[in-house]
Amino acid sequence: MMEECSKGSGAACSPKLLDLIPKEMEWAVAKGESGDVERSSVEIRKLELRLGLPGDDEWSLKNTNTAKNINRERDHHDSLFSLGYFNHGHHHNHHHHFHHHQPSHKAGSHEISPQVGPVAGSSSSSVWFNQQQQQQLAPPSSFLQFPTTTKAATDKQQSSCLLLPTVAKESSQPCCTKVGAIDLQQSPAEKKAFSPPAAPPTPANTAVANSSQKRTAPGPVVGWPPIRSFRKNLASSSSSSKQNGNPNKKAATSDKPVEACKKGMFVKINMDGVPIGRKVDLTAYDSYPRLSTAVDELFRGLLAAQRDSSAGGNMNKQQQEEEEKAITGLLDGSGEYTLVYEDNEGDRMLVGDVPWHMFVSTVKRLRVLKSSEVSALSRE
Amino acid sequence: MDLSPKQSSPSESTRFPDEVLERVLALLTSPKDRNAVSLVCKDWYTADSWSRRHVFIGNCYSVSPEIVARRFPRIRSVTLKGKPRFSDFNLVPDNWGADVHSWLLVFASGCPFLEELRLKRMRVTDESLEFLALNFPNFRALSLLSCDGFSTSGLATVATHCKNLTELDIQENGIEDLSGDWLSCFPENFNTLEVLNFSNLITDVNPGVLERLVSRCRSLKVLKLNRTSSLDRLQRLLVSAPQLTELGAGSFSEELTLQQHAELKYAFGLCKNLSVLSGFWDASALNLSAVYPACSRLSFLNMSYTALQSPELASLLPHCPCLRRLWVLDSVGDKGLEAVGANCPSLEEIRVFPTDPFDEDMLHTVTESGIVAVSQGCPKLHYILYFCRQMTNAAVATVVRNCPDFTHFRLCIMNPGQPDHTTNQPMDEAFGAVVKACKKLKRLSISGLLTDLTFKYIGEYAKNLEALSVAFAGSSDLGMQYVMEGCSKLKKLEIRDCPFGNVALLSGLERYESMRSLWMSACNVTIDGCRSLAREMPRLNVEVMKEEGSDDCKADKVYVYRTVAGPRRDAPPSVLTFSGL
Repeated sequence: MMEECSKGSGAACSPKLLDLIPKEMEWAVAKGESGDVERSSVEIRKLELRLGLPGDDEWSLKNTNTAKNINRERDHHDSLFSLGYFNHGHHHNHHHHFHHHQPSHKAGSHEISPQVGPVAGSSSSSVWFNQQQQQQLAPPSSFLQFPTTTKAATDKQQSSCLLLPTVAKESSQPCCTKVGAIDLQQSPAEKKAFSPPAAPPTPANTAVANSSQKRTAPGPVVGWPPIRSFRKNLASSSSSSKQNGNPNKKAATSDKPVEACKKGMFVKINMDGVPIGRKVDLTAYDSYPRLSTAVDELFRGLLAAQRDSSAGGNMNKQQQEEEEKAITGLLDGSGEYTLVYEDNEGDRMLVGDVPWHMFVSTVKRLRVLKSSEVSALSRE
Repeated sequence: MDLSPKQSSPSESTRFPDEVLERVLALLTSPKDRNAVSLVCKDWYTADSWSRRHVFIGNCYSVSPEIVARRFPRIRSVTLKGKPRFSDFNLVPDNWGADVHSWLLVFASGCPFLEELRLKRMRVTDESLEFLALNFPNFRALSLLSCDGFSTSGLATVATHCKNLTELDIQENGIEDLSGDWLSCFPENFNTLEVLNFSNLITDVNPGVLERLVSRCRSLKVLKLNRTSSLDRLQRLLVSAPQLTELGAGSFSEELTLQQHAELKYAFGLCKNLSVLSGFWDASALNLSAVYPACSRLSFLNMSYTALQSPELASLLPHCPCLRRLWVLDSVGDKGLEAVGANCPSLEEIRVFPTDPFDEDMLHTVTESGIVAVSQGCPKLHYILYFCRQMTNAAVATVVRNCPDFTHFRLCIMNPGQPDHTTNQPMDEAFGAVVKACKKLKRLSISGLLTDLTFKYIGEYAKNLEALSVAFAGSSDLGMQYVMEGCSKLKKLEIRDCPFGNVALLSGLERYESMRSLWMSACNVTIDGCRSLAREMPRLNVEVMKEEGSDDCKADKVYVYRTVAGPRRDAPPSVLTFSGL
C-alpha cells in the first residue's frame, strides 16, 4: 500500500531516487537522537553547508527566483518530511526521531518510493510538490545552492536542497510533461532546479534536513495548524505584554492609543548600520509600498545620524541634510537597501512576494539589509 | 403568489384552511423540518414560503438572492455563510467573493422587513453596512463572524441609523479598526441593545459612552468587551448591569489593590445570572479569584484568550459546578486537564487550543494523558477539539470507550503526518476506534500519520458523519473513495495535502449533489478531472483556484458545491469555473 503510486492521475511510478548522502546523514541523525535535537540540527546544518557548492554562477542566476521560490522550496521541503504521502516508514522514523528520540536508522531500510511522482499540485502555500518541479530536477551539481555566506536562515532551508537526488524526467505525470508552466522566474528549468528533491534519498536525510530548518518543533505549513489568525496573534501579544510587565490601566487606555490596526501587529525592524531598532505596526499599512515608505521615514534620520557619528560627528547641518536622503528601492532591489523579513518558520525572506495579507500573517520581524549583502537574494 | 383559500375539491372536506396551516407551520422553526414540510405538496410549499421567517443558507453561492427573496418574501432573519472554511487559515485568496452586497440589494426590495442578518465568512464592506443601516427600517440584529472588508466606520453607520438595534455581534473578523468612536454613534436616547460584542476590536471605546449605554439598556444580556477594557471599567459596568447572562471581560492583568480586588469581587457577586464567561486576556491568578462569585451558574467558560496555568484552572473549576462547555489554551497542560476531569462531571464540550502554534520549545503542550483524564471524569463529553503535539492510538481508544457519545471529534496533532509516538504506528486505529464507538458522530477532523485504512473505517462505520476534515493523510485514491461510498450523510468534505487524484474526485459523483461542498487543495486533482466532473454533474459548480506558477494542468485548489444558481459571475480571474451547463 505504501509503495503504491497514486493511480488517480494515471502516472507511472517515478524511478527510485538515489541515495546521495546516506551514511553521513544517518550519523548526524543518530548522534542527535539521544539528546539535544537543537544540537544535532546545528551539526546537521554544518554538515549540509559543507556539502554545498558556494557561489555557483548558475545559482546566482536562479536566485533571481527570489524568495517566493525559496519559500516554495522550503514548503516543499517540509512536505518531504512531514507527509504521509511518502513511504510511511520513513515518515514515522523521521518524526519519531525528532520528537520522541527513537532510533531512526531503521528508516534506512526503507526505500523512498518515488510515488512522490504523482504528487499533488503544490504551490507556495502547500506542502506537496509541484509536478513540474519534479520533472525538471536537474542533476545536483547544477543546483547548488546558496553560498555558505548567506545568512543562516536561508542556509538552513537551502542546504536541504543538497539532498536532491537525480530524479529523471520520467517521473512526470503525463499531463504535466510540458515545461512551459506559467512561471515568474527566468526559466522553468531554473525554477525547477531550485526545487527541493522529490524525496530525500533516505529518511534519515529527511529527518536531518527537516530538523535543520525547523529547530525542534514541527515545521509549520501555510494554513496549518488550522487555527484562525486572531489566535495566532494571541500568543505573541500575550507574551509581549507579559514582557512589559503588568500594563497599568493608565497605559492601556492612555492618550497614546493603540494604533488603528486589525490586531495590532508590532514587529521589530532593524537596519544594517543602525544599532537601535524600531517597531512598526504592520496593520497600519495595507500594502508593500506603504510599508516601504514607512520604513524610509523611520530610518532615514537614524541612518543619517549614524553616518554623522561615524564621520566623527563633524558634519555641519547642511551636510547632515544632504546625508538624509530617502531610502528607496527597498522592494525591488534597486536601492542601496533591501527589505527582508523573518517569517514564522525562522526563514529569511524577501519582502514583496506573497500577497500582503499572507505576509502579515507570517512575518515575525523585519530587517533592512544592504542590497549588496542581499545580492544573492535580490531580484533583477 | 396569493393564498387563495379552499380550492374546491369535494373529497377534501377535512382540508385545512391555509391560514390554519400557516399557523401550525409557524411553530416549526428548524430549517430541516421546514424543508421537509415544503416537499409535501404544493399547498404546503406555498404555506411554508409565506410563513417562513428564518432562512439558513450554508453556502451563499448555492442559491441566488433573487430566488430566496421570491420564495420567501416575508423572511425576517437570514443566516449566510460564504467562503470555504479553509479561508480562515489563509488558503483562499482575498478577492474570492462571497460579497454580501448583492444580497442586500435584492433584499432591500424583496424582503424589506428584514430584521436579522448573521454572516459568516462573507465579505462585508462599509458601503454594505451603510446600505443595510439605511434601507431596512426594522433592522435589529447584526452578527458578523469571521468576515472581512469592513472597518469601524461601517459599525458607526449601523449604530447611527439602526434605531431599534438589539444585537451587534462582531467576532473574529478582519476588521479595519480605525477608532473606537463608532460606539459614540448610538443616539443618546437609544436603549434597546440586548447583545453587544466588540471583543474583536482593538481600539478603545470611550469609557463614558460605554457606561452610559450600558446603564440605559436595561435589557442588555450579553456584553463582551475588548482587550483594552480595563478592570476598573469592568467593575463599574457589572455594577450597572448585574442582569447580564453573558460576559466577556477585557484585559485581566492589572495589579489591583486589596480594595479594588474586593470591589471587583463584589461586582461579580452581583451577577447572579451569568452563564457564559469569556475574555480575560492575560489573566493573573489573583485577579481570577475575583470571578469566583459569578461562577455558580456558569455553563460555558471560554478561557482561550489567556495562557492559564494548571493551578489557576484547578482553583477556578471547583467554583463552576454546572460547567458544560470549557475552552482553554494548552498552557493548562495535562495537569490542568486532570483538574477538569476531577471537577466537571457535567462537561459536554472541551476545546483545547494551542498557546503558540509555532512554539519551538514546546513549552506549552498537552498530551494524550490530558485527553484521557478529561474523558475519565466527564462521561457526558460529546464535543472535543484538541490541539496536541503527540497522541497514541491507545489513548484515543480509551477516550471513546469512556465517552461513546461524541458527536464532534476534532483532533489536531500539530505536526503533519505524525505517528503514534509510542508504537510508531499510524493513527489509523485511533480514528477507527472513534468511528466504531461513536455512533452519533457527525463531525470528524483527523490528523497524524494516516493510511487508507482510516478512511476504510470511516466509510464503514461513520454512517452519521456529516462533516469530515482531512489533512496530510491517506495513501491513495482509495482513501477518498471509501468515504464517498460509505458516508451517505456527508455534507461537507474538506481535504488538503492528500494523495487523492481524479479517480478519487470522480468517485464522489453520486454524492456531491447531496453535499453542501467539497474542498480539495494540494491534492492530485487535475483540471481535466474537474472538467469531467463538471460535465457529468451540471448542477455542481466546480471551481479551481490556480496558484501562481503552477502547472497548467494542476488543479491546485478545488471547490465543488451544489447550486441552483448556476456558475457564479463574480469570481476573480484566479478562480476558474467549470460548469456542465
